[in-house]
Amino acid sequence: MNMTRRTSGTTIAAHAVLIGYTLIALFPVFVILINSFKTRKAIFREPLALPDADSFSMIGYETVMKQGDFFLYFQNSMIVTIVSLTLILLFGAMAAYALAEYRFKGNTLMGLYLALGIMIPIRIGTVAILEMMVSSGLVNTLTALILVYTAQGLPLAVFILSTFMKGVSDDLKNAGRIDGLSEYKIFFRLVLPLVRPAMATVAVFNMIPIWNDLWFPLILAPAEEVKTLTLGSQVFIGQFVTDWNAVLSALSMAILPVMILYVIFSRQLIRGITSGAVK
Amino acid sequence: MATPSKPQFRWHIAVFLAPAVLVYTAVMIYPLFNTLRLSLFSEVDQDRVWVGLQNFRTLFGDAVWSDQFWNALANNAWFFMIHMIVQNPIGVALAAILSSPHLRFSAFYRSAIFIPTILSFVIVGFAWKLILSPIWGIAPGMLDSIGLKFLYQPWLGKEEYALTTLSLVSVWQYVGIPMMLIYAALLSIPDEILEAGECDGITGMAAFFKIKLPLILPSIGIISILTFVANFNAFDLIYAAQGALAGPNFSTDILGTFMYRTFFGFQLQLGDPHMGSAIASAMFGVILVGVCIYLFGIQRRLRNYQF
Repeated sequence: MNMTRRTSGTTIAAHAVLIGYTLIALFPVFVILINSFKTRKAIFREPLALPDADSFSMIGYETVMKQGDFFLYFQNSMIVTIVSLTLILLFGAMAAYALAEYRFKGNTLMGLYLALGIMIPIRIGTVAILEMMVSSGLVNTLTALILVYTAQGLPLAVFILSTFMKGVSDDLKNAGRIDGLSEYKIFFRLVLPLVRPAMATVAVFNMIPIWNDLWFPLILAPAEEVKTLTLGSQVFIGQFVTDWNAVLSALSMAILPVMILYVIFSRQLIRGITSGAVK
Repeated sequence: MATPSKPQFRWHIAVFLAPAVLVYTAVMIYPLFNTLRLSLFSEVDQDRVWVGLQNFRTLFGDAVWSDQFWNALANNAWFFMIHMIVQNPIGVALAAILSSPHLRFSAFYRSAIFIPTILSFVIVGFAWKLILSPIWGIAPGMLDSIGLKFLYQPWLGKEEYALTTLSLVSVWQYVGIPMMLIYAALLSIPDEILEAGECDGITGMAAFFKIKLPLILPSIGIISILTFVANFNAFDLIYAAQGALAGPNFSTDILGTFMYRTFFGFQLQLGDPHMGSAIASAMFGVILVGVCIYLFGIQRRLRNYQF
C-alpha cells in the first residue's frame, strides 16, 4: 500500500516535469502560430489569446503571398534537399560497401580519410569553396548547394552504412556470386534492399540540417531565383521587420513544411537516434 | 585453391569508391586545405601575392583585429560553457525521467521536446526576438502576471545579457539531442545490473548517481565534443537574431560571424578573403585542439562497458 502511493507520487512528479518542459519547448511555436492569424491590434493587445471572430485576420499571409515568392523558395529547398539526399545515399552506400566488403590495400586508411569530415565542419573551407564555385560558374545555382551538402553528408553516411553493411550475411552474397551475378548486381539487388532501414536513418539525419542551413545559401546562392526557403524567409523577415503580421505569417509558413516532414519521419528519426546509430 | 600469381586489379572497388571520394575530396578536403593556403596570401593591386604569416601577425598583433578576434573567441567560449552547464544537465535529467519504466505518454513527450531541434535558426532566432521584445510585451506581460515584472530587461538589446540570452535560446533549441542520446544510453543498461544494485539496497537517486551515471559518461563525452564543434562554427542563430554586426556593440560576436564579416565586408569595410581564410584557419586550429583533447585526453579515460 505504502509502496504504491510512493510510486504514484514519483510518477506524478515525473509527468509534471515533462509537461512543464514540453510547454517550454512548444510555447514559442504556439505563440507565433496563433498570432499569425490575428489583426495587428489583437497581436499587441492580447498576444496570448487565441484568434476569435473579432481578431481573426489573414492580412499577414496576403502580404507574404504578394511580396515573397515562397512557392519558388519552397521548390528550391525541395530540389536541393531531395537531390542531395539521393546523392549522399547512393555514393555513401557504394563507398560503404567497398569498405565493408572488400579487403584491399589502403582500406583502413581510406576509411579514416572519409571519417575525417565527421569532426571537421565544411564551413571552415568556405572561402575556397566560394572561389571554386565562382571560377566554375556555379555561383547562384542549386548545383553548388547540392555539391556542398553531398560532400558534407558523405562522411557520416559512409560511417553509419558501413557498420550496417558488415552485418549483411556473407552466405547471401556468395550465393549470388555462385549464381553468376556481377559485384554491381550483388550490391544493388541483394545488399541495398537489406540496409534500407539504415539508409532511412541517414536520410533523416541529413534532411533537417540541409533544409535549415542558412550559411551556404547566403554565400553561394543568394540570387532571387535560387533562394532556399530558409534564406528566403530570413531576407523577407528582414525587409518587413515592422510589419508584424507579415513577419509572423512568414515564420509560420517556414515552420509548416518542417513540421509536416517531422510528423512523417519523427518515428524513423527517433528510432535512428536511439538505436545508437551515432555512437 | 590456386591463388593467381598476379592479383587482378579489381575495378569494381574503384567504381564503388570513386563518386564519394571524388565529391568529398573536391568539395570538402581540397577547399579546406586551399583555405589554409589562402591565409598565407594577400591582395596587392588586384594580384595575389605570397605574404607568409603576415595575415596572422595582423590578426593577433594589430590591436584593431586582435581585439575583435579575442572578443569573438571569448564570446564563443562563453557560448560553449553555457551549453555545457545548462544543456547537458537538463538533457540528462529529462532522459532519466523519460527512461523510468512504465511511464505513460513517453513517446509523446520525446517527440514534443524534440520539436525545437528541427526548426531552423532563422525561425528560432526571430521567434525569440519577438517574444523577448519590449515592444510586443509577451515576456514582460508574463513576468508581470507572476509579480516579477521588475526582473524584465530587454535582454537581447543589453550588452551584458545578449550573449547569455542567445546561448540559452540555442540550448532551448538543442536540448533534444543530448536528451535522445542519453535516453538511448540509459535504455541499453541491462536490467540485471540495476537489479543487482537493488539487492544491495541501491535504488532511486542513488541508483542513478552510482550505477547509471558512470555508465553513460561516454555518451556525455560524445555529446560534449559534438556541442564543441557545433558551437565553434555556429553562425546562423546570431546572424538571424542580431545581424552580421552581432550587436549590441559586438557583444554577441562569435568566430562564425567575425569570419563572415571579414570575408564579405560590411558597411564601409571591404571584404577580404585572405583575412577571412586566416580566421577560418584559426577556427580550424581551435576545433582541432578541442577534438584532440577529447580523443586523446578524455575518451581514453572513459571506460566503455560492453554488455
